[in-house]
Amino acid sequence: MNGAGLQLLQFLLVLLLAPGLTGLVRKTKARLTGRRGPGLLQPYRDLIRLLRKEAVIAENASWLFRFAPYLTFTALWLAAALIPTFAQRLPLSPIADLIALVALIGLGRFAMALAGLDIGTAFGGIGSSREVMVAALAEPAMLLVIFTLALLLGTTSLPDIAGYLATTNVGLRVSLGLGLVALVIVAIAENARVPVDNPATHLELTMIHEAMILEYSGRHLAMMEAASMVKLLLFVSLIACLFAPWGMALGEPTAASAAIGIAVYIGKLILAGLVLALFETSIAKMRVFRVGEFLATALLLGLLAVVFLFVSKGL
Amino acid sequence: MGNLPYDVAHLLGTSVLVLSFGLLFQRRILGVLNIFGVQAGFLAAAAAWQAHIQHAPHLYITAAIALVFKAIVIPLALRRIVFRLRIHRTVETVLGVGPTMIAGVGLVGLSVILVLPLTHQSVALTRDDLALALSIVLLGLLMMITRRNAVTQVVGFMSLENGLILAAVGVAGMPLVVEMSVAFSVMVAFIIFGIFFFHIRDRFDTLDLQSLESFRGERS
Repeated sequence: MNGAGLQLLQFLLVLLLAPGLTGLVRKTKARLTGRRGPGLLQPYRDLIRLLRKEAVIAENASWLFRFAPYLTFTALWLAAALIPTFAQRLPLSPIADLIALVALIGLGRFAMALAGLDIGTAFGGIGSSREVMVAALAEPAMLLVIFTLALLLGTTSLPDIAGYLATTNVGLRVSLGLGLVALVIVAIAENARVPVDNPATHLELTMIHEAMILEYSGRHLAMMEAASMVKLLLFVSLIACLFAPWGMALGEPTAASAAIGIAVYIGKLILAGLVLALFETSIAKMRVFRVGEFLATALLLGLLAVVFLFVSKGL
Repeated sequence: MGNLPYDVAHLLGTSVLVLSFGLLFQRRILGVLNIFGVQAGFLAAAAAWQAHIQHAPHLYITAAIALVFKAIVIPLALRRIVFRLRIHRTVETVLGVGPTMIAGVGLVGLSVILVLPLTHQSVALTRDDLALALSIVLLGLLMMITRRNAVTQVVGFMSLENGLILAAVGVAGMPLVVEMSVAFSVMVAFIIFGIFFFHIRDRFDTLDLQSLESFRGERS
């Protein structure tokens, strides 16, 4: 199979799997709390239903409001498709850089926060300001994790990092462990999952993500929902790619190795979804003003990871 | 890369350090005691691992002391005291959690900067063991400074002592007598503290040590 075809497959794969992952998390959470829960395909049905519906737009909305969902979705979709999921080398992999990835995620969030402010409702403003607060704390932590990897491996290119970790025995590195925990905390905050935000509610004063997209409907809402599903998949893929790259097709992918890679990748997604659901049911949502401390922990762990890299390597 | 004895020692030492940060972070008094117990458990594991790689059987005794006394007996005893004094609700901090954490990271950086130039000829294992141990000692001191409650100050003292033991087991050839005497003195200190808790409580009706300051005449 040629490279362009595989790259196209990657684009489709992340798009098709993202609602499934969200559905899996919802279903597992429902089962763990003793409910039956909607089927795994419910997010797909929701998205199709939203796409068919009429989009209602507030009177004082500017062009920004209509433009933002598409920008958010495109930025996150592109970012998710760049991460090596089932194959290490794809035609677009030279631009799959960790810092570019952070920039794409930031672009998506920027558009979403602007859209929240654009309508001028109180809820949208609260949501945007909180989202930006979370982002201002999460991004430094994520950059510190990236620095750790860059210092350890000498590159910020995702395919190179994945290839290096999959082939070389790096041993039990403390810095990598600390970086993993920090990245998981960042992922929880970025995806508005339970200790930071509750993804299952529309009616709470503490909500962050839902407050921003409260005014959206129809196809715009579908884009926003799909963007947040793709973002969840993006972070799972990123963690899998950086800390568990085993099973992905290394080097130039062949049809057989790509097939194995896809199977392993889906396995990783299912595992991550189950763990996330288990974590979310076992923990309570924290107050908004404690989110800063939660994310400061990630920052702290990232900083310790960098410091101990220096200690073990010598200054 | 991939040097297993070094990596595991490093991993266990760092776990102890991260739990020191956990102690600084935790606000509830029972949470502090739980974290302290886990930290002592990791310390015992670190000591046992050193015994294994240094072929020094006496370090197993250190590990056993850490496990039995510091991971089980002292946390349980403190827990009982806390329940008898009915202060198992909250921990107040003098500084907020954020500034405390920043100070903590600064102390870790300080100890790394201090230890690395001094020990650059020695093997990596001793070097970062010393850096870790010094950080844990400084974080224990920081905890004693930032907390007002007598019980959490004692926990800070004990975690400081965990750092000392970590340094002692990391250096080859430390005689058992030293460790035994350290462990013994901590035990004595714990008993004295336990008695003092009740005396302070009787006299001042609180364990908040700020009320001692006016008694000593520091604040008019």
